[in-house]
Amino acid sequence: MASSAAASSEEAVKAAKVLMVGAGGIGCELLKTLALSGFRDIHIIDLDTIEVSNLNRQFLFRQSHVGQSKAHVARDAVLKFRPNINITSYHANVKDTQFNVEFFKQFNVVLNGLDNLDARRHVNRLCLAAEVPLVESGTTGFLGQVTVHVKGKTECYECEPKPVPKSYPVCTITSTPSKFVHCIVWAKELLFAKLFGDKNQDNDLNVHSNENGTSKSDVFERNADEDLEQYARRIYDHVFGYNIEVALENEETWKNRRRPNPIYIRDTLPEEDIRQNGSSRDCNNDQEDPSAMASLGLTNPQEIWNLADNSRVFLESLRLFFEKREKEVGNLIFDKDDQLAVEFVTAAANIRASSFGIPLHSLFEAKGVAGNIVHAVATTNAIVAGLIVIEAIKVLQGDYKRYRMTYCLEHPSRKMLLMPVEPFEPNKLCYVCSETPLLVEVNTKTTKLREVIDKIIKGKLGMNLPLVMIGSTLVFEDGDGLEEDEAANYALNLEKFLAELPAPVVDGTKLTVEDFHQELSCSINIKHSFVSCATQPSEKVLEVLPELYGVVVYTYRYMLLDEFDEEKEPDGMVLTGWSAPVEKQVTSNGGNQSVASSSGADDADGIIEDLSTKPGMKRKLDEILETKENCDASSSAQVVEDYDDDDIVMLDEDPALAKKKRLQ
Amino acid sequence: MGGGGAEEELTAQETALYDRQIRVWGVDAQKRLSKAHVLVCGINGTTTEFCKNIVLAGVGSLSLMDDHLVTEDDLYANFLIPHDESIYGGRSRAEVCCESLKDFNPMVRVAVEKGDPSQINGELLEKFDIIVVSCASIKTKLLINDHCRKRSKHIAFYTIECKDSCGEIFVDLQNHTYAIQKVGDEPKQKELTYPSLQDAISVPWKNLPRKTTKLYFAMRVLENYELSEGRSACEASLSDLPAVLALRKDMCDKMIFNSGKLQSLSESQIPTALLERLLPAGMKQHPPVSAILGGILGQEVIKSISGKGDPIKNFFYYDATDGKGIMEDIPPSSSD
Repeated sequence: MASSAAASSEEAVKAAKVLMVGAGGIGCELLKTLALSGFRDIHIIDLDTIEVSNLNRQFLFRQSHVGQSKAHVARDAVLKFRPNINITSYHANVKDTQFNVEFFKQFNVVLNGLDNLDARRHVNRLCLAAEVPLVESGTTGFLGQVTVHVKGKTECYECEPKPVPKSYPVCTITSTPSKFVHCIVWAKELLFAKLFGDKNQDNDLNVHSNENGTSKSDVFERNADEDLEQYARRIYDHVFGYNIEVALENEETWKNRRRPNPIYIRDTLPEEDIRQNGSSRDCNNDQEDPSAMASLGLTNPQEIWNLADNSRVFLESLRLFFEKREKEVGNLIFDKDDQLAVEFVTAAANIRASSFGIPLHSLFEAKGVAGNIVHAVATTNAIVAGLIVIEAIKVLQGDYKRYRMTYCLEHPSRKMLLMPVEPFEPNKLCYVCSETPLLVEVNTKTTKLREVIDKIIKGKLGMNLPLVMIGSTLVFEDGDGLEEDEAANYALNLEKFLAELPAPVVDGTKLTVEDFHQELSCSINIKHSFVSCATQPSEKVLEVLPELYGVVVYTYRYMLLDEFDEEKEPDGMVLTGWSAPVEKQVTSNGGNQSVASSSGADDADGIIEDLSTKPGMKRKLDEILETKENCDASSSAQVVEDYDDDDIVMLDEDPALAKKKRLQ
Repeated sequence: MGGGGAEEELTAQETALYDRQIRVWGVDAQKRLSKAHVLVCGINGTTTEFCKNIVLAGVGSLSLMDDHLVTEDDLYANFLIPHDESIYGGRSRAEVCCESLKDFNPMVRVAVEKGDPSQINGELLEKFDIIVVSCASIKTKLLINDHCRKRSKHIAFYTIECKDSCGEIFVDLQNHTYAIQKVGDEPKQKELTYPSLQDAISVPWKNLPRKTTKLYFAMRVLENYELSEGRSACEASLSDLPAVLALRKDMCDKMIFNSGKLQSLSESQIPTALLERLLPAGMKQHPPVSAILGGILGQEVIKSISGKGDPIKNFFYYDATDGKGIMEDIPPSSSD
């Protein structure tokens, strides 16, 4: 019998042991499709718990599951219609050390349905180390992609550059906002953090009060006998009124800019007496999740509130935080699923926006901006999950000539809504999947080991627990289980300049850097440069990583000599032979690495590097289209040939052409 | 029809549930979705995928028509049927699936519509905005399409079939007006006029562009075979291959004689291997292909209800062996 697709792959599928990473939007669809397709041994890892906004597409979950582990609930749901298969679920972070190379080696293929770059890079490395093929995926709205990564045969996930996160200069955020997003970043990262977050965290908000307030230690402290209403109004007047007045004094700033208006509560809500906020009492008692909108009778999140309404929401949400959630105050981090936090940030951003003449936005829109929410629909996830299974089956059959990267398009391109493209070869210069050494240009006399580790090794190379060797001398090791004296020794080394380490780093020194967990090892050649790494940052950049909403990342821009491209290399170090310009978590106070590790990701199913913003992707897609375009224009014979061939439109017909493009 | 005026706001519950998708297609489209009524005739792995997608998206109502009793065969590609004979035994596909679908989204009304799609009348169709037909004979499909076109109400008509690793979707939106906005452009109003199913499957092949997908021709051969033998779509097997190949020759020859031009379709352009793949597949579906087709159809129905985005005109084909998902416009529009 001519083999049907299902029949010919049946044996390979039955015998396969697969690992799924992520039980979200793509994950739910994928687990279902795998089970239907005859897979019998599936392991699934997901860190997250179920939220209401998941239910529109993560169809294995119900309202009653909110708060429970995605991995466990997904497993139970699928076993209902496929009771005789094995599904092993882990409510855990894929970056946990239990999921080491040995763990990965037991699988025939790994399937990613992840939502953040960090975890994707981590899984990529483990798959390379364990030599297990990886099928990677992502969706944003109607766009989606599925790619196959097999060591030695196709490029790895990190062979292509990933997009650089958006960043905003601090002064734009603190003094001269011109877009709504600037107001959101201010409200979320500075004001919210100042009022409700960790008091010890660096914060740029109180610049003005420090300059003037010699008597008062911190205007944001609530006085012992201060009434909550009074406190809220005082904060309002301080941040929207007084601080703007102070800023206006600097005439230079406003020479070519529109001057902001200071806003005071007595002007926005003149009719309302301090004690008059009667409506709020109604729903105080029974409200499990306090909401300023509910207190104030505002029901439509799509509506754009006027300044008065925003001011009411501001006061009410601030009051509710201190009254109803007092225990959390002091360690809150903005969370897009925290209704009260979104209300506060929306109101604060809108009041600031009116001050600066920026159009106001609805809570719904503000939430999208503040939460870096990735758009997500069920259909794209279903399609992508189907495509993953089709690639996985090819991988299991070792049918590597037929591996494809597939793109789901919103607008058809050359008649296609689903576009397969032949995978690219491994990038010979990729530091992750090739042996190519990296080159770092750095002033070895003025740069500390800590800076190299934080900014380059962790920051750019994405290692978690690195070990650094110079020749045969171990100068640094991270992680638990170190002897006390070792740890102390490494701590000392961190603060030493490179040239002063036990094994001095000078021009031409070769560093070996390893992460045992990722089984990634690479060499870094050091080139000494006379860079004057001035200790004074010339400009501080506030950077918000899309996959790490709620986390402020500072990068210092140093005064640099001309030979340094300040834009590209903000750290006074030049790294070459490195293709992923992702600057992450280089923090102002020496690096708090833990923030990135796990929970930061948005709950959508996103490719953060979605098609529209991923330069690498765009280029590939474009060049392929272009290639085809050329074919059509130049040789009609080619087209007829296509027709006679078993395919209709041979996008990937001429690899030579595509190769050439790729090399340019 | 349920629902109130278009000005009615979404509830807080709806906004919370649909948050991520409203960010894709907007509040307006969401409101329209919640007022749309969909009928699916024929429940199989592929329409099950489709049903899941539009129930999650939040359509107003979904009705299922399939009186066949659930058998063990149905379990293969259908995740809506629990593996428990005490649950599905003696009940129809529509009943069992309806029960599971209700759970997916409490805000969508899911119901069973008893009856036989081949006996459907126009009046019944008038209750719906969208009709999806699968697993039915070409006769039934033509009949329902005809009914839809004769009603004064605008009813969108779709057929969907998966055979092994291949799938076909047909779309008839009659006259469809929609808005399209591409990055950096002003939103534009566009209008499309669709041919009926009858017109779309009986176009002389000589009028088709050379690059038309082979799947289109192969599906027409199988359809014709089914008509000539008076069989239902799912009954054919590999033993019918010689007869199907004869029919293929016949159909290709006709095209040559009719056109008098030799560059018309030759038999080899409907590969035997392809027919061999499709023929025994019958109603057997490859689950990942069902997921893909059900996803595409879900998206199309959302586009047509919301009046946003380029809809498929008027065929969509997917073949897992080359991985392409292709739109075909048949007969080809004269202008654009």
